Amino acid sequence: MNHRRDQRVGILFALPWILGFTVFLAYPLMSSLYYSFTNFSVLRSPHWIGTANYRELIGDKVFHQSLMNTLLFASASVPLATIFAILLALLLNTKTKGMAFYRTIFYIPSLVPMVALGVLWLWIFNGHYGLLNEGLGKVGLPTPPWLTDPAWSKWTLVIISIWGTGNAMVIYLAGLQDVPQSLYEAADIDGAKAWGKTRHVTIPMISPVILFNVVMGIIGSLQTFALPYVMFPGGQPARSTYFFSMYLYDTAFLFQRMGYASAMGWVMFAITLALTLLALKLSAKHVHYEGG
Amino acid sequence: MNAAVAKGLTTCGILAAGLFALVGSERAASRQANSDRIVVTYWEKWTGDEMRAMQHVVNAFNSSQNRIEVRYLSISGIAEKTLLATSGGNPPDVAGLWSDQVVQFADAGALLPLDDFARASGIGEKDYIPAYWNEMTYHGKLYAFPTSPGTSALYVNRALMPPEYDSPAKFPKTLSGFDQFVKRASRRSANGTLETAAFLPRDGFGSGSWPYMFGASFVDGEKIDVNSPGNLKAWEWVHSFALRFGVRETQSFRSGFGNYSSPQNPFLSGKLATLMDGPWFSNYIRLYSPKTDWFAVPLPYPDGHPELKGYTVLNLNTLMIPRGSKHAKEAFEFVRFVQRQDVMEKLCTEQFCNSPLTNVSQKFLKGHPNKFIWLFDQLARSPRAVGPVKLGIWGQIGQEVGNAVDVMDLGQASPKAALDIAEARLTEQWANYKQQVLNR
Repeated sequence: MNHRRDQRVGILFALPWILGFTVFLAYPLMSSLYYSFTNFSVLRSPHWIGTANYRELIGDKVFHQSLMNTLLFASASVPLATIFAILLALLLNTKTKGMAFYRTIFYIPSLVPMVALGVLWLWIFNGHYGLLNEGLGKVGLPTPPWLTDPAWSKWTLVIISIWGTGNAMVIYLAGLQDVPQSLYEAADIDGAKAWGKTRHVTIPMISPVILFNVVMGIIGSLQTFALPYVMFPGGQPARSTYFFSMYLYDTAFLFQRMGYASAMGWVMFAITLALTLLALKLSAKHVHYEGG
Repeated sequence: MNAAVAKGLTTCGILAAGLFALVGSERAASRQANSDRIVVTYWEKWTGDEMRAMQHVVNAFNSSQNRIEVRYLSISGIAEKTLLATSGGNPPDVAGLWSDQVVQFADAGALLPLDDFARASGIGEKDYIPAYWNEMTYHGKLYAFPTSPGTSALYVNRALMPPEYDSPAKFPKTLSGFDQFVKRASRRSANGTLETAAFLPRDGFGSGSWPYMFGASFVDGEKIDVNSPGNLKAWEWVHSFALRFGVRETQSFRSGFGNYSSPQNPFLSGKLATLMDGPWFSNYIRLYSPKTDWFAVPLPYPDGHPELKGYTVLNLNTLMIPRGSKHAKEAFEFVRFVQRQDVMEKLCTEQFCNSPLTNVSQKFLKGHPNKFIWLFDQLARSPRAVGPVKLGIWGQIGQEVGNAVDVMDLGQASPKAALDIAEARLTEQWANYKQQVLNR
């Protein structure tokens, strides 16, 4: 009897979450799945068309281009941001005076709103007035038209993606501080140098954290929207920066094709899920969990 | 345990009440501000000077009577939000959208036709410049009323003009003369890089509408026609600028353009000697480069085609009443107030625009902060004043054609091939739109 009562109380306490999940997540999710099989233009009732939206996606060249842009961006930005965040965390894990200040300074950029960031970076990458080209020019390096040349535009966004590594850095830092000191002492006794300790102690010990950040990075980079939307309206030049989420947004709100946009959303969900599972599978042998 | 249950119930109750309040708050707050007045919610896209100018109009309306209170909210992404709010059954009473959204919103059944209101209040076609009136109607129905409109003309920086082009009278009137001017007035540095381009057709208001200047259109009736000979001629002319300055050089040069509303705007920074823009641009000159000595002229017309003289691109800010508005009658009273000549002229003066009304006072023309406002007014009355095509896929047309010009400028495809691709894609999109939105 008491067990039942406990159960009821438990459910009662979980009810706000259950309600929130049902109303704000499960219902919209299921609705979008339904809409993906319909013609739906917001103000008219959805009309069932079976798998037509999915079949149309197969032949949609802009869909292919935006998907390719997104995957290329993710494949460059995730490793780069991971390496950068780990290096930064390693640096900020050293015992130096005023470290709290440095940690704060390096974390602050990730708090800047994306739209403000986009406007800021437009200035930095400006071909003629930009700080970056000013610096490159002074040391005799080429000054590419970052914003108007398709060969550079995606790289511009990849470089900017490093700016937001503050969150990942904090998580790495927490992971680094969890590495038992005794392992480093043992490595010292074995005569390991700094690189040896990093490679054989630090990296294996924070490998679950790396995996977590990589998975989150993959998901985040596949959903990149605000920066390219602000910096490269319409995915200019020549749709070289037209990302999947931008096409999805335009399809839903500019073209009023909610059904087709929902189908795009579910395809992206499938791709994200597949890549996440792949990351988990590939990392299985390399991720070290304490206690098994 | 009973205490725990009570706590749980209280928490749930508070959360449920919060949720309920959240859902109902917008409606409640927007309609009960002042118990003896009906509150009309008005969403508008403007910020800054434009927002303040409309705030003056709203204040004047609210003080002019004691039955209605217009609540004015500046909203970003207004088109999307209005559409979704309309779909959810809780739209604003008035929405300040652009005229090129009339068709898409009307097709979606999101707008209230205003013909009956207009008839009852005694305003109609005769009161508006024909090209603007045309923008507010669709399939014979009236869906919007104007606030501040715009037409395009060419702003010229006198300091960058060779002597033979330094006044409106001397400025070329035809395309061949204009092309010679571009050659003469563009400047390169000693190492060959472009310092000043006399003109670049891909920058400025109306830069996506060049086929109109050549007498062509994006559509033939209801058929997408973006690869017609007229379109091809227009975009080849646009592409010729990238070829004459050099594709890489043009890319590099344009990458140095700063934000539109900043001192680094290419016209204000002297990178462009001329810029096609609307009357409001004089406000940006005033704000960011007040010493610039400028004049405005109409755009040139193709040689041997005087019938194409007076070409201008127009667009206007409008007030629409979404379907489902709770106070449509009161909302229209506000819309009607804005249409008064004195109110409209004050608004358009403060927003640096011409007036959409047929009757324009001398006080407005003489006291306007844009010294060439008479030209913008004149151009709006030209039979060659053209707006967006009346198809619900105007947004897609702009996007696809813009991409086609990118592709041709980058040398990825010939102008014909790039336009053929755009034509094929737009034809498919139009078929989809007809089926999904128009049910035909």
